[in-house]
Amino acid sequence: MSGIAQLEVGEALPAIGLEPVSRLDLIKYAGASGDFNPIHTIDEEAERAGLPGIIAHGMWTMGNLAKLFTPYLGEGFIETYSIRFKGMVFLGDVVSLKARLKEKDSEKQIFDVEAVNQDGKKVLSGSLAFAVLKNQPPAAERSPSHGL
Amino acid sequence: MLKEMIGRKSEKTKNVIERGAVKKFAEAIGDASPLFTDEEAGKQSVYGRNIAPPTFPVTFDSGSIPGLNLPPKGLIHGEQNYVYTRPLFVGEEVHCWVEVKEYYERTGSFGKMGFLILTRYGEDGEQQLLFTEERIVIINEAARKEMEK
Repeated sequence: MSGIAQLEVGEALPAIGLEPVSRLDLIKYAGASGDFNPIHTIDEEAERAGLPGIIAHGMWTMGNLAKLFTPYLGEGFIETYSIRFKGMVFLGDVVSLKARLKEKDSEKQIFDVEAVNQDGKKVLSGSLAFAVLKNQPPAAERSPSHGL
Repeated sequence: MLKEMIGRKSEKTKNVIERGAVKKFAEAIGDASPLFTDEEAGKQSVYGRNIAPPTFPVTFDSGSIPGLNLPPKGLIHGEQNYVYTRPLFVGEEVHCWVEVKEYYERTGSFGKMGFLILTRYGEDGEQQLLFTEERIVIINEAARKEMEK
């Protein structure tokens, strides 16, 4: 897929709406990431920690947010990705992922990124620099086995 | 005291980016792109191989910092910042270590909180830096007092 280079400052990438957060999502992330802090998977432990219920791993949401850029990884790569965690994500929350181009030059594009819950509250926000790959032949001229 | 931990590092620890681990991780964040998971798609990509998602370093073993014992409760993940020189390749070796970069305390409406900045580094087999991962951990007053006992 192509198109990120054509984006103008102020324009957004197509947003992604996640399915309501499920316990299984968080169990899978715990296993895949190795973060077994029980406040993310076991109700009693979350309550013991003073929470109303289990919360998503912040890194689960940050990991999800990066997928806005996955369709464009043929044009460049994520050079910097900085996130501040602002609010908790609970079971059943519906999270939307957004990225808007803030500035660009020939080498990189800087995006404001955020994840917002169903009430419009930011659960995390930050900045992502997408570095444009240099000397990249147009896709049509590339042989299937061509490397970097 | 956490202030005395500033500058302390773990030993470099070897990791191998395993294909199965990348697939599981990509699926867990709903991002199972063929670029991460399909060998043939990786070969045909500009990278000539599969790459890993940008937050994959959370899975890396970077050893432990001598003397740094964080409490199991009362920690809040405040920020996470990545800087990459290139994407991570499936199958490659990454040598990781972690350093206590900074520690300071701030008094706010929730009492005196501690801010611990941990930086993880990852190098390739030729000691070229691939990424840094900075994690800011906020330690609440109760947990901070517990650590001082």
